[in-house]
Amino acid sequence: MKRLLFASPVLISLIFGGFFLWGLDPERDPSAIPSVLISRPAPEFTLPEVAGTGVPGFARADLVGNSEPVVVNIFASWCVPCRAEHAVLTRLVEEDGVRLFGINYQDEPEDALRWLTELGNPYERIGSDLEGRVAIEWGLTGVPETFIVGGDGTVLYKYVGPVVGETAVREFTTALAQARAGGSS
Amino acid sequence: MIPEIGQFSLAIALGFALVQSVLPILGAARGNALWMRSAHATSLAQVTFTLIAFAALMRSFVVSDFTVLNVVENSNSLKPMLFKIAGTWASHEGSLLLWVLILTIFGAAVSLFGTNISEGLRARTLSVQAWISVGFFSFMIFTSNPFERVFPPPPDGNDLNPLLQDFGLALHPPLLYIGYVGFSIVFSFAVAALIEGRVDAAWARWVRPWTLASWMSLTAGIALGSWWAYYELGWGGWWFWDPVENVSFMPWLLGTALLHSAIVTEKRGSLKSWTILLAILTFSLSLLGAFIVRSGLLTSVHAFAVDPLRGLYLLGLLGISIGGSLTLYAWRAPTFEPGGLFRPVSREAGLLVNNLLLATATGTVLFGTLYPLFVEALAGERISVGPPFFNAAFIPIALPLVILMGLGPFLSWKRADLAGLMDRLKFVLALSVLAALVVWYLTEGGPVLAYLTVAIAAWLLLATLQEWAGRIRLGKVPLRDAMRRARNLPRAAHGTTMAHAGLAIVIFGFVGSTAWKSEEVVFVTPGSEISIAGYDVVFEGIERVMGPNYVANRGTLTITRDGEYVTTLYPERRNYPVAQYSTTESSIRSTLIGDIYASLSEPADPAASAEGAWTLRILYEPLVFFIWLGSTMLILGGALSLSDRRLRVGAPQRAPRPDIATTPAE
Amino acid sequence: MIARLVLILMLAFAPVTTAFAVEPDEMLSDPVLEARARDVSRQLRCVVCQNQDIDSSNAGIARDMRLLVRERIVEGDTNAEVLDFMVARYGNFVLLRPPFNPQTYVLWFAPLALALVAGGFGIAVMVRVRRQSAHPDDLSEAEDAAFQALSDADAKDETQP
Repeated sequence: MKRLLFASPVLISLIFGGFFLWGLDPERDPSAIPSVLISRPAPEFTLPEVAGTGVPGFARADLVGNSEPVVVNIFASWCVPCRAEHAVLTRLVEEDGVRLFGINYQDEPEDALRWLTELGNPYERIGSDLEGRVAIEWGLTGVPETFIVGGDGTVLYKYVGPVVGETAVREFTTALAQARAGGSS
Repeated sequence: MIPEIGQFSLAIALGFALVQSVLPILGAARGNALWMRSAHATSLAQVTFTLIAFAALMRSFVVSDFTVLNVVENSNSLKPMLFKIAGTWASHEGSLLLWVLILTIFGAAVSLFGTNISEGLRARTLSVQAWISVGFFSFMIFTSNPFERVFPPPPDGNDLNPLLQDFGLALHPPLLYIGYVGFSIVFSFAVAALIEGRVDAAWARWVRPWTLASWMSLTAGIALGSWWAYYELGWGGWWFWDPVENVSFMPWLLGTALLHSAIVTEKRGSLKSWTILLAILTFSLSLLGAFIVRSGLLTSVHAFAVDPLRGLYLLGLLGISIGGSLTLYAWRAPTFEPGGLFRPVSREAGLLVNNLLLATATGTVLFGTLYPLFVEALAGERISVGPPFFNAAFIPIALPLVILMGLGPFLSWKRADLAGLMDRLKFVLALSVLAALVVWYLTEGGPVLAYLTVAIAAWLLLATLQEWAGRIRLGKVPLRDAMRRARNLPRAAHGTTMAHAGLAIVIFGFVGSTAWKSEEVVFVTPGSEISIAGYDVVFEGIERVMGPNYVANRGTLTITRDGEYVTTLYPERRNYPVAQYSTTESSIRSTLIGDIYASLSEPADPAASAEGAWTLRILYEPLVFFIWLGSTMLILGGALSLSDRRLRVGAPQRAPRPDIATTPAE
Repeated sequence: MIARLVLILMLAFAPVTTAFAVEPDEMLSDPVLEARARDVSRQLRCVVCQNQDIDSSNAGIARDMRLLVRERIVEGDTNAEVLDFMVARYGNFVLLRPPFNPQTYVLWFAPLALALVAGGFGIAVMVRVRRQSAHPDDLSEAEDAAFQALSDADAKDETQP
């Protein structure tokens, strides 16, 4: 009994050590916050269009009753990584037939229009979230963020940061394929 | 060339550390005096070569040698010289080099000044110290080399984060590291004692000055960090229960417990296994801190850049040192002879409760800091454990401790008369309650906890003063006699009084600046007037000011009270073009009663900034100066105790023979 | 350790967030409601910062959240309801005061449990010490066993022929 008592500090530190070892996993990002929206219906929202882009505004109703999963991308013209991501998204739309919806976050419509005119517009619909309130509904922590939403309006997957670079693109396309196959991520 | 010399020196130092890891401890086991004494030479060699390496790195910063990657990442030719120098230890690699330098300096100090312990014990201690050195040297050489080169060298460096270009903050790491590393000596000494199989009063006496010095330095480092946060970050706070703050606080708590526990072991031979355990755990927490900050395990405003590989290496180091020492403890500590007996009401018992409360507080902080990691590992979810938890958990443990602190110095060894004691203290108790009532009368609103804390802090202060007065028989003998007694009291007694009183002052500072803080946040244009805490503030306007590596907008605030001029404050908003970073430099007027604290920023609201308005934040924080004052008293108290002659006279001399532990413990 | 305020994540929001914690234009005109808003803000964690509350963070999204908090308070939510609102969107991560649920029972009970363990220790030590000092001439366990062994050996001796 006495032995056990004296051994308790080393035993406790071994347990802590196990947790530390787990915590050092290089795949783990200590600042990433898991989304609470996964496997839940997309939030309720209605956003006006961005004038001049030629595509309509965006509301929750557009996410329900689709035949296949769609991609929702939160972007802004002042967001530097969004530029690089734009090419990836365009390719997904043109080559993989992905349906892409956009939420334009805290962006003056003129600035967004200029940006899209310059880079091209892959979005089927774009909602202008000038105050950023809708983005908070989606649990935004930074731009860009991209979601995969099932045909019934259930959020299946969230990617934080630009979908740029081999690893990110692979992760995202795998998730998309899984979503299309009928499973959730 | 010079960076290569630095790198080479590190490798040589590692070599000496390896020798010191083996030879002295084997020598102690075999009674080989030559091997034991080799530690003297190797420890001096280690410090010499580490110093060369440190000087090499510092020189690279001073001359802005941009072929060295570390200089590129942390310095810039425009930076003021003071901060170029401080850039030496600003990064992960550089701060490790500082850590290891202090480690080797302490090792050499033990070799040079630790002459009043047995040769065998000293040899074993130096070997254990060398094991720690080997761990850190190899960590540096293999994963965190400060002398890595970059070719071709860029034209200029990245500059140090402007937030860190501050004198107070430049001093903060060295002071903290002296604290952490100082505890490594106590750790080594404890492990050496476990290996020898014996702990006695001489051991406890020997440990005390090292513990005191480390504790003082750690106190200074933490206080400096808090003070920096207070004047630099702009909202008048000084503690955020951030993981890295917690990680510096925990060794401080256990170090305090160690300090007091060692007294019991020294005077009465009791609490031996407690003291040894505390010695091991205090340094273990320092190591844990190094690990958490440098491994990317937890998010924190303080963390260095993330690198899991480094984290793994450090975890390995931790496993060996903490796991090894605690295993040794589990094996050997049960065999220690129990010490002197004492009654449940006695100074020993009081100090035991002190230990337990401090350990509970430390455990609580540790658990709260690591809990998000546990939840994430076990349930895959992210939660946060922030100040609301820590305040709720820590304060109920700290307050009883403070009450006990007032009582403790009155308790006599072995058995104390509690009833008589309470009788002597009833006047102090009444005054404490009165103090709380007075504060209640003077202030408007405030949580009940605040008044309770005022009463408890007053209790500590008055009880401490009464104890001191009792010792010198103030009021009972003529004043001159009392003063003579005061001069003749051992310095450690004054140290205790000063430190305990200092803590009471600190607590007053904590309560005042938190519970009765007032704040005004307004848009101002030239001529705007604001009132706060009875002061009238006029915003005169903004002017542009140039600094060595920044451009600033400086505001002028004229402060009056009842028409009388009080002061002028000059808060600034600085922009550092190279780092592309802006900082807020607050302007503070400090008095004992309270601080007026002003900071400026550009408004976020475009309408307001279009008008040329600025956001002005003015705080009035009562008694916040007491925090810094009290911290200084804590450090002074430590210094007084450290300078006590009895500590330097040291342990009773043994018979002059190489004393290898073959005799059983007394 | 170095207090390196790496507000790097601010760069994810790109330029010009010079907002500096609570701004006058955000503040409500009703001081009671504003005090509540400040109180709630101090309990919400800034999701892009490294361990700060939204009341004292410079980040753009912190400002948005501060405004949202005030909106909810003005619409009549209680403090708890505002916190729930944020949790619904960001999860428990956003609460600086961890919730009290099965996942966190261990955390909230830990201080008490630790205190009890410490107390138990203390009492055990005191009891042992009091027992020993009450009977200082009694033999300790080790001495008792030694005595027993000797007297057994002795007894065995006497039975030898």
